[in-house]
Amino acid sequence: MSYFYTEEQEMIIDICNRIVREKINPVRSQLDEDEIFPTEILSEIGRSDLFRLFIPEKWDGMGTGILEVCIATEILSKGCLGVATSYAASGLGFLPILISGSDEQKDRYLPSLASGGKIAAFGLTEADAGSDAGSIKTKAKLEGSNYILNGTKQWITNGGEADIYSVFAVTDESKGIRGASAFIVEKDFEGFSFGKKEKKLGIRASATRELVFENCIVPKENLIGKEGMGFIIAMKTLDKSRPAVGAQAVGVAQAALEEALCYSKIRKQFGQAISSFQAIQHMLAEMATNTEAARQLVYHAAKAVDSELKESSRLSAMAKFFASDVAMKVTTDAVQILGGYGYMRDYPVEKMMRDAKITQIYEGTNQIQKNVIALDLIKNGF
Amino acid sequence: MKFKIMVCIKQVPSSTEIKIDPVTNTLMREGAENIINPFDVYAIEEGVRIRERLADIPELETETVAVTMGPPQSEKILREAISLGADKAVLLSDRSFAGSDTLATSRVLSAAAKKISDVKIIICGKQSMDGDTGQVGPEVAQLLGFPFIGYVSEVRSLDNKKILLKQLKEKKYDIIEAQLPVVISVLKEINNPRIPGLKNMMKAKNASIETWGIKELMIDASKVGLDGSATRVVKIFKHEINSNTKMISSDLKAQIDEIYKEIFTYDKN
Ligand SMILES: Cc1cc2nc3c(=O)[nH]c(=O)nc-3n(C[C@H](O)[C@H](O)[C@H](O)COP(=O)(O)OP(=O)(O)OC[C@H]3O[C@@H](n4cnc5c(N)ncnc54)[C@H](O)[C@@H]3O)c2cc1C
Repeated sequence: MSYFYTEEQEMIIDICNRIVREKINPVRSQLDEDEIFPTEILSEIGRSDLFRLFIPEKWDGMGTGILEVCIATEILSKGCLGVATSYAASGLGFLPILISGSDEQKDRYLPSLASGGKIAAFGLTEADAGSDAGSIKTKAKLEGSNYILNGTKQWITNGGEADIYSVFAVTDESKGIRGASAFIVEKDFEGFSFGKKEKKLGIRASATRELVFENCIVPKENLIGKEGMGFIIAMKTLDKSRPAVGAQAVGVAQAALEEALCYSKIRKQFGQAISSFQAIQHMLAEMATNTEAARQLVYHAAKAVDSELKESSRLSAMAKFFASDVAMKVTTDAVQILGGYGYMRDYPVEKMMRDAKITQIYEGTNQIQKNVIALDLIKNGF
Repeated sequence: MKFKIMVCIKQVPSSTEIKIDPVTNTLMREGAENIINPFDVYAIEEGVRIRERLADIPELETETVAVTMGPPQSEKILREAISLGADKAVLLSDRSFAGSDTLATSRVLSAAAKKISDVKIIICGKQSMDGDTGQVGPEVAQLLGFPFIGYVSEVRSLDNKKILLKQLKEKKYDIIEAQLPVVISVLKEINNPRIPGLKNMMKAKNASIETWGIKELMIDASKVGLDGSATRVVKIFKHEINSNTKMISSDLKAQIDEIYKEIFTYDKN
């Protein structure tokens, strides 16, 4: 199948396929079973320049678009969504610096993030602020040349593993949503610690922890943009990163489809391969069609983001919600095609099904994506 | 000070379907899909690691150069070497190189080392997958007057004057210190080759690769190719392995008797 990839995109695919084949697939079930953070694999991803993709050359990046990030994420997700999430979450963590940081902040943080020497995380969600991100309670108070942060962030991917955190906190309570600001917090800043590692249904190779700020001292120069811009920075970041969640979904769906197709040709019942039954054939046809449609929507949304089209926010939301619903359906059907074997941990599809679920939840639930799409439709039409 | 690391690589057919030239009795390499000799991938990785390890010696200009002797299409494996981290690559190609045995090949490679100049370490794979001789490394060393250390499983330490190596012997390891320049051949266990990065893949695509023939290398045509070869392959044929294993389990004396009988009857036929 040809997707008219550029030569550079073909190279990215080659590299990611090798990482999946040689580094991820041999260990993925163990990473899942024992909930091991994939430090080694992330170093290999770093050595292969994949963290450089979206970062401009000026800061040691490769200056590609979001489309290339999506292509890399899709292939890595075919191997293990837990690993791909850890990779993608670093990108989510450095996007606020890239989008709204000063040149001085970019000089200081981006080169080591580009090389993969350091990884990042994105801290927005709190116990009482999930979909309603505007109601965060973590506070930042300016005292002399520092901000003092107090509060707790919940379910932060790469929490405890990352070196650099984009953290959202309220600087002016009287201003509601316009009173939030974004900060760059380094792992070893005084007053910054982590909660326990969460036990999860899927993406168990990824680390999810609380970020705890107790009079955490953050130098004034680590404010991203201006005070009050926090919510806008968070939304701009998510608009750019959502196609990559769609790409995760496409990758895991494609992997499940390939497993199911392969198995259906080998498994014999009633004296014939189960792929000869029309019920199975139609399932495979639907899985393939939906995965393909999701992929096209993700690529299109990524291109829209890269070209800064005004409909890019709407398309990103569409790509995220459509692809993640497809991933959930396709991975569930893959388990169905493998029957009881599919339900067992000896085969990779049950993990894919557990992993796929998260793509419908994080970076804005699918219900929230539909709100974004509908509001945009009503406000801006076509 | 300049410090160059030369890595000798070879293209080999990827499949086991190997054709043999009926006239010269040498392996026919053209046409088949070619890859880097798998052992040489470890040599490239080590060449790149050595350069990286030397990075903090002040005023040392290091460079890892991959070279191969082969037909023009072996340029492909040189680009691959660059994608794996080599800084530069040189193709040694000339019509008169055709049919070279290991000695003639080593003459070409040692001439290349001289032309590259300032070569402090030459790294080869343990052996090639097709020829399987493992002779080129020691011969290059002999021709250049460098020491040769084979079967290296670890580079313990090095600086710009000497190198400390771990060498596999039949049943033990030796730790050997050698003055540079030196030729080494490396085992698979020496490292875990990296997956090529995107930057190096782009660099490999655009790299200009020089080709050196007898003129550039200033060698006599009679010293290379079939004419310059000391050996001639008379015949290549498939090796039939005939192994019949028989397990003997009884008390010691009965076992000895049984083995004695086996040897005796084996001798007779
Ligand atoms: C594994 C994992 C990793 C995560 N990583 C990160 C991270 O790195 N950084 C970070 O900041 N956050 C992270 N999150 C948090 C994630 O983004 C939130 O869980 C998500 O935004 C939803 O918030 P919530 O869980 O509080 O659900 P809630 O907001 O409580 O939603 C509960 C249900 O109500 C629905 N709902 C809520 N509001 C509306 C509405 N207005 N209209 C219709 N339906 C609505 C939702 O769709 C959902 O079905 C992570 C979460 C998980 C599980």
